[in-house]
Amino acid sequence: MSWDWQVFCQDTITQEVGASCFGKGGDITYLDWMLSAWGWTVSVSLLSLVVALVVGALIGTLRTLPDSPWVVRLGNAWVEYFRNIPLLVHIFLWYHVIPAMVPVMKSLPGFVLVVFALGFFTSARIAEQLRSGILALPRGQRYAGMAMGFTTFQYYRYVLLPMAFRIIIPPLTSETMNIFKNSSVAFAVSVAELTMFAMQAQEETSRGIEIYLAVTGLYVISAFAINRIMAFIEKRARVPGMIAAGGGGH
Amino acid sequence: MNLNIDWSFFTWELFSSFVLKGLYFSVILTVIATLGGILLGTLLALMRLSGRKWLMAPATVYVNGMRSIPLVMVILWFFLLVPLIIGRPIGAEVSAIVTFVAFEAAYFSEIMRAGIQSIPRGQVFAGQAVGMTYGQNMRLVILPQAFRNMLPVLLTQTIILFQDTSLVYAIGAYDMLKGFEIAGKNYGRPIESYLAAALSYFVICYALSWSVKRLHKKIAIIR
Repeated sequence: MSWDWQVFCQDTITQEVGASCFGKGGDITYLDWMLSAWGWTVSVSLLSLVVALVVGALIGTLRTLPDSPWVVRLGNAWVEYFRNIPLLVHIFLWYHVIPAMVPVMKSLPGFVLVVFALGFFTSARIAEQLRSGILALPRGQRYAGMAMGFTTFQYYRYVLLPMAFRIIIPPLTSETMNIFKNSSVAFAVSVAELTMFAMQAQEETSRGIEIYLAVTGLYVISAFAINRIMAFIEKRARVPGMIAAGGGGH
Repeated sequence: MNLNIDWSFFTWELFSSFVLKGLYFSVILTVIATLGGILLGTLLALMRLSGRKWLMAPATVYVNGMRSIPLVMVILWFFLLVPLIIGRPIGAEVSAIVTFVAFEAAYFSEIMRAGIQSIPRGQVFAGQAVGMTYGQNMRLVILPQAFRNMLPVLLTQTIILFQDTSLVYAIGAYDMLKGFEIAGKNYGRPIESYLAAALSYFVICYALSWSVKRLHKKIAIIR
């Protein structure tokens, strides 16, 4: 078979190859479309990551609180709920079921609903990681905080969480890369992200291999970029003498 | 809340005519992908641990490549490529099975690699000392122990795999989720049927992970 990379310079409506691979005056080429799809993938992923980090940190912390069994149970239920139902089903629930139940949600675009679904889904996984990060800290850290007269909020804020977050950077890195991969499931509710682009452009142009190669390449580039950024954060956030380089010991 | 949820449409007849067929495919897909994935994954793990560059390099590229691409893209790739390679169209179901075996092999190989590496070196040396060949050593000494150590992780991966089967939605294969969706469309009750789908996945996966936890405890005591 022969390659035809010209497909990216084609206009999406007339299917004609233009002089420049970027469309002019409101016309868009497949290249334009793909780049905007990449933008949607990155937006969905990053916004979901913010939701996941905030909710995950909260739930993960609540699950380690001493002397509050009901809060812990509630946190566990949250995690079990998200761990035992596939992401695609969560996305359908957020897209079809929740707007039907809560009328206010009807005006929200699908993009926002997917961010909630993916963000909450990932929050359960981050909560689980943070919980094991906090439990991995020596018990003395908590007691030391208490002995200093810190309130529960204070010793979590100043003693436990700063160390726990450093410990879980490696699993957090793979979770961030997972968010990028999982954002592909948004195709199912017609968010115009990379996978959606791949499916539609493949159908319109029948140059599936070129299109899929480019899309796959963008996913790999995104994953690699996340990996480097997280490695940089890990290096900058390291507390000398507390956590050995490359290891999780203390 | 202005929703009238009505479960009366949800009968055994609906379940057996729409959902059961999908559930059957989801389970078959999970079982084949687990067995095939573990087999191929163990092979990949052995290649990566072989110490020979020409075996290590392709296995590493394959595993890392598969792990950095979204499963949906892999499903689309296989659906596009397999008919081109074998020269005739195949169904979405067959394509899904091939995809899941190839994709899960990468994940199972990482688990098996960790399992093999968890075996003390003395075991390898002991095998060599009694004159075993590489194959005998692996088959009779290392792999049985690695499997046993990794059994809970392998089973947990299988549960994740069962959830992942819902992604065959991308190529329109008929799995459990699709069954619920079609039932919901036919009866004009999409909301109830998505809720029922969520509940079914939850019950199945929760029961499975509960059993894995119990098994884990049992194995831990014996060891």
